Amino acid sequence: MNESRKEILQIVVVLVGIIFLIKLFSIQVLDSRYAEMADSNAILRQVEYPFRGLIYDRNHKLIVYNTPEYDIEVIVKDIKKFDSLKFCEVFEISSDQLRTKFKEMKARKEYSPFKPTLFIDQLSNMDFARVQDRMDEFPGFYIQARTTRAYSSTALANALGYVSEINKTQLANDKSRIYKQGDYIGQSGIEAFYEAQLRGKRGIRFKLRDVKGIEKGSFNEGKYDTLSVPGQNLITGIDIDLQLYGEYLMKGKSGSIVALEPATGEILSLVSGPSYDPTLLTGKNYSANFRLINSDTLKPLFNRPLMAQYRPGSIFKIAQAMTALQENVITPETRIRCDRSIINCHGAHSNEDLRGAIANSCNPYFYNVLRRMLNQDVSHDPYEDTRIGLSEWNKHITSFGFGSPLGIDLPSEKSGLIPTPAYYDRAYHNRPWKFSNIYSIAIGEGENLVVPIQMANFAATIANRGYYFIPHLVKAVGEDGNPLPKYTERHYTSINSSHFEVAVDAMQKVVEAGTGQYRARLADIIVCGKTGTVENAPPMHDHSVFIAFAPKDNPKIAVSVYVEDAGQGARAAASIASLMIEKYLLGQTKRPYIEQYVLNNKFE
Amino acid sequence: MRREEDIAGKLDWVAVLLYIAMVGLGWLNIFAAVYDESVNQTIWDLSLNSGRQLIFIAASFVIILAIVVIDMRFYETFAYLFFGIILIVLILVPFIGKEVGGNKAWLGFGSFGVQPSEFAKVITAMAVAKFIGSVGFRMDNIRNQLILFSIIGAPMLLILLQKDTGTALVFTSFVLVFYREGFPPFLLVVGIFAAIIFVLTLLVPNQIYLHAAIAIVLVALIVFGKKKLRQVMLLAIGALLISGVIESVDYVITDVLKPHQQNRIKALINPDADPLGFGWNVTQSKIAIGSGGFTGKGFLEGTQTKFDFVPEQSTDFIFCTIGEEHGWIGSFLVIGLFVALLLRVIFISERQKSRFARAYGYSVASIFFFHFAVNIGMTIGLFPVIGIPLPFFSYGGSSLWGFTILLFVLLKLDAHRSQMLQRV
Repeated sequence: MNESRKEILQIVVVLVGIIFLIKLFSIQVLDSRYAEMADSNAILRQVEYPFRGLIYDRNHKLIVYNTPEYDIEVIVKDIKKFDSLKFCEVFEISSDQLRTKFKEMKARKEYSPFKPTLFIDQLSNMDFARVQDRMDEFPGFYIQARTTRAYSSTALANALGYVSEINKTQLANDKSRIYKQGDYIGQSGIEAFYEAQLRGKRGIRFKLRDVKGIEKGSFNEGKYDTLSVPGQNLITGIDIDLQLYGEYLMKGKSGSIVALEPATGEILSLVSGPSYDPTLLTGKNYSANFRLINSDTLKPLFNRPLMAQYRPGSIFKIAQAMTALQENVITPETRIRCDRSIINCHGAHSNEDLRGAIANSCNPYFYNVLRRMLNQDVSHDPYEDTRIGLSEWNKHITSFGFGSPLGIDLPSEKSGLIPTPAYYDRAYHNRPWKFSNIYSIAIGEGENLVVPIQMANFAATIANRGYYFIPHLVKAVGEDGNPLPKYTERHYTSINSSHFEVAVDAMQKVVEAGTGQYRARLADIIVCGKTGTVENAPPMHDHSVFIAFAPKDNPKIAVSVYVEDAGQGARAAASIASLMIEKYLLGQTKRPYIEQYVLNNKFE
Repeated sequence: MRREEDIAGKLDWVAVLLYIAMVGLGWLNIFAAVYDESVNQTIWDLSLNSGRQLIFIAASFVIILAIVVIDMRFYETFAYLFFGIILIVLILVPFIGKEVGGNKAWLGFGSFGVQPSEFAKVITAMAVAKFIGSVGFRMDNIRNQLILFSIIGAPMLLILLQKDTGTALVFTSFVLVFYREGFPPFLLVVGIFAAIIFVLTLLVPNQIYLHAAIAIVLVALIVFGKKKLRQVMLLAIGALLISGVIESVDYVITDVLKPHQQNRIKALINPDADPLGFGWNVTQSKIAIGSGGFTGKGFLEGTQTKFDFVPEQSTDFIFCTIGEEHGWIGSFLVIGLFVALLLRVIFISERQKSRFARAYGYSVASIFFFHFAVNIGMTIGLFPVIGIPLPFFSYGGSSLWGFTILLFVLLKLDAHRSQMLQRV
């Protein structure tokens, strides 16, 4: 009697089966969201940070290397049963800090609860050892390994620069879109200049993981993984022993030492005093240390060899001499009376030729030379004549690399200043000016400004008898690489190379018999040098300046030394320059008394 | 000897083959669900669910052999006795049982445990069939109806006391048997209607709309229907009742249901509200199945189930493994097998000459259907999460044996159907 009910039940069974199949078709075939959710569930996209390139000195001694460092990242949606008390205890932070960390993280623009986000950066090795075993108590939190910079010594901090997390402005300006929030980038020095070579390429690994976040091998046998490519190593021209010695000599002083190899333009040492320990700007305490170093009144972050601009002082007389010889306004035999009526002088001399005038740093001589140079009677108007002369003069002087950045492989290089007629027009508010207004540039005072690296380059140019290579730190990118192309070009000055022999002779005379003789002279090596004493605003003492190269024939090293507030160039600067030469050429000094003099004298 | 050959020849081999196919596929999927590629495991490994399931399957064949050998009158004769015993066991379980997963629903025998509630389904089916098959039984008799509801109500209540809501709900499936045997459809319709109203109440944020809809339907019925006073009164009372149900849903949800049960219903309606909390099971289950695509990720290649994203994946959520690793095609095969088995069981039931055998057959069909519909329904988010196994696929000895006994007792009765007295 109820036979028909059989059919109703059969229909219900088939209907349920069809409903299930339709629903399954919709979530399995039509809706791709579930597949994506499954991937983000089970597949962890892990960034593999590349090793940053290493930095070596010229003798393949390691200067900068990498040391592992561990960040804690979090995928917020994976957090389960979070025990904040335990977390604080394991990571040794206060609950306030924890709260701030969450707040900071969530405030970031690119924050997503589904993506790994930086939570705690840079655990030390010790922290890592403690935390590592307990990570499984905090599902959702992961350790991300990467490397931080480490240094074989405290030397060269300013030239090396530092690496830190990319900041917002940099990220916004990164058109290549290589960088991501939390990435590290070279912020100054070599690290910044050679960022593209050093950084390498990030790798991405897709890893399978289970519901507890425990890794279960690679996804699809690593078919989609990309390996990280380590950055290129840099071989610098730095002699790290010489660098350390230079920093040792500059201890307690402000100023700079630049040593170059004249034949290549490679920088042998680049000392900026005072300096800092580069290790301070790595790791967890970067921010605190940076604030500290940055607010130091002695400005340890100010890279003096490149950024400090001084008046050149008497050293400039050599450049004046070269210019005058080239313009045929004097010959090496031209004698000029040391008339101290307009401009004062020092030492006992009265009527020197060019070599003697350089050796004795005769001020009236070069006053006279510049007047001949600027006023060559091309025009009868003394104002116009000076303009024409100054233009010529400027052309020659700037051909030595003065007045504009040399193009060294570090950021923030200053240009210095070599006045042009236009400059004086501005300075005199378009009122007329002539030689008598501007003569103090004759002896390297007045408006001239130079940078220590330019002075070292000047010494190297004289050592090369008329040309230079742009000074550079890195002599090879990659193990068998080359320097950047622009560092292999010779730059000739506008001065005939035959004129340089006069300068070389004169500089030899400076050390053997002139102003620099006592402290710069070496027993076995002919040192050519020139002192400078740069006026400083009282009550400060003058800056002590010295440039030199050695040996006279086939020179191996050219040096410029600036010691601020240290008086005559013949004292601190000449001593340091000669010690650097000795150290480089002989390995050590034979004159410990000079070393002691440099280290212990207060130069007041 | 001759007699046994007869039995083998008379067994319904379509049903047996379907059974073997399902048990075999189930075993492979249990291995896939527990498979961990970092450990060198085989499907035979006895420390894994798959290895143990193989033992359960072997034991099932022993059980089948026993059922085939035992006289077919045995089940009908002792149905009430077994029923009495199982009620006593169910009463005792909370006291002597061991605790598994928060419930004291297990009886321990050494390291093995069995769930009496799984066997209660089989025995209740026999008892229900025996009562329906008894001389002079009439479904339109109120007393008989009450006795039937008592037979299914008693074990249901005892299992509810063990807090095993899922298994208890299975007993409601006997209503289908009653329906086939002549029970007025009124109760069924009211039950289904109440369920629809219940779900609608949860889905529609403001209950005012539901009340309004009911009012409109009521007015329409009165306007277009027979305008007799009795009819109008009945409709009005019905409408009031429905409105009452709607109002009571909120009360039921918040005051009667336990928090975890409330959450399961909430998860069904909006699993994204708290994907890590109460929606976790449904969300992960849907992700696993949904990520399978048309053809699936391949055997042992499912990332979601292999890495334990889906909870209880070898037992109640075994369908996730099928959906993820074998895609829509695999799901189609499994659902096809179930539909085929259910239709076959209905077919077998209908050809029985005794009312006992037919009622028992429908009990088997109803229980299988309930498990099939609810289990797969919950894994794909069509039903609240109710912890009941998918017959023959889910891991577990008790459930496999329970379902095996259910099916093979029917096949045994079917093999002897010509010897049965016709008592329809």
